[in-house]
Amino acid sequence: MNLDILKTLNEERSARRAAIVVTDVASGAQRLVKAADVANDPLKDALNKRLRMGKSGMEETPEGRVFMTVHVPPARLVITGAVHISQSLAPMGQLLGYDVTIVDPRTAFASIERFPDVKVIAEWPDVALPPLGIDRYTAFVALTHDPKIDDPALLHALSHDCFYIGALGSKKTHGRRVARLKDKGLTDADIARIHAPIGLDINAISPAEIAVAIIGQITDRLHASEETA
Amino acid sequence: MLSRDEDILKAAEDWRKNGRGVALATVVETWGSAPRPVGSNLVIDEEGNFLGSVSGGCVEGAVVTEAIDVIESGKPKMLEFGVADETAWNVGLSCGGTIRVYVEKVT
Repeated sequence: MNLDILKTLNEERSARRAAIVVTDVASGAQRLVKAADVANDPLKDALNKRLRMGKSGMEETPEGRVFMTVHVPPARLVITGAVHISQSLAPMGQLLGYDVTIVDPRTAFASIERFPDVKVIAEWPDVALPPLGIDRYTAFVALTHDPKIDDPALLHALSHDCFYIGALGSKKTHGRRVARLKDKGLTDADIARIHAPIGLDINAISPAEIAVAIIGQITDRLHASEETA
Repeated sequence: MLSRDEDILKAAEDWRKNGRGVALATVVETWGSAPRPVGSNLVIDEEGNFLGSVSGGCVEGAVVTEAIDVIESGKPKMLEFGVADETAWNVGLSCGGTIRVYVEKVT
């Protein structure tokens, strides 16, 4: 691999932009295709498919047999609410390989003691979320029960194409949330993207069990989006 | 998609910029039960230092040896490992799968 290709690839990766390296394994010829340039590439169909699946692999193409190394950003988990469930959900997410961030403006909740190894931002979502660069490789979970915190965060997550969006609350609580969000202009299709009540139905009771239900549902959507997206 | 791996590609770039001879090994195909998915990387320098993994430890030694050759010659190589290999007792995959690894020099 040419050092210039490697350098550009690393720049794309650190900016959380997807890119694919196309290698002719017979000749060693190689090029880098940034996600933004896929549409103009002669191999765009294969590249698009690979990008959606997030999977590297061999492709038979008119250019010959090539290997496509797909680089998509590492998945992230962003949570509003430094609450009891988050104390279980954050380490579970880390165990599964997610880069986890918790946002909670209530400083009494968002203390380092409660979350020793997690990035916690003690700011309101309108301040905390935009710099995070939330994207389609991000799972978003709203856990505060406080509309002042969860609603703006949900609006942000919906407008940034998160692969998973979940919100804590009973059917009744969610019903009220739906009414508020529709007042803000959301459509039924937008609302349908929110998993609520949150989590797989595994009769979870304790906060840790609810975290299992949530992380299970995120896992399901992560791989479903690779297959069907 | 999920990755908390050490940043292997960043290391490859840094090592090369520091003037070291560097090769990059990539799992390009797997059959059966394979320990590391397609796309997994191992970066190797001319002295045999390496970072990452292509098999979780089964064949790294052999890949490193081949990679040092690739750094010298500049020519990429396609390596294949599986239990059917005559060298299976030394560098086969205990899980029973077969993997193909592409090794290229960083120039």
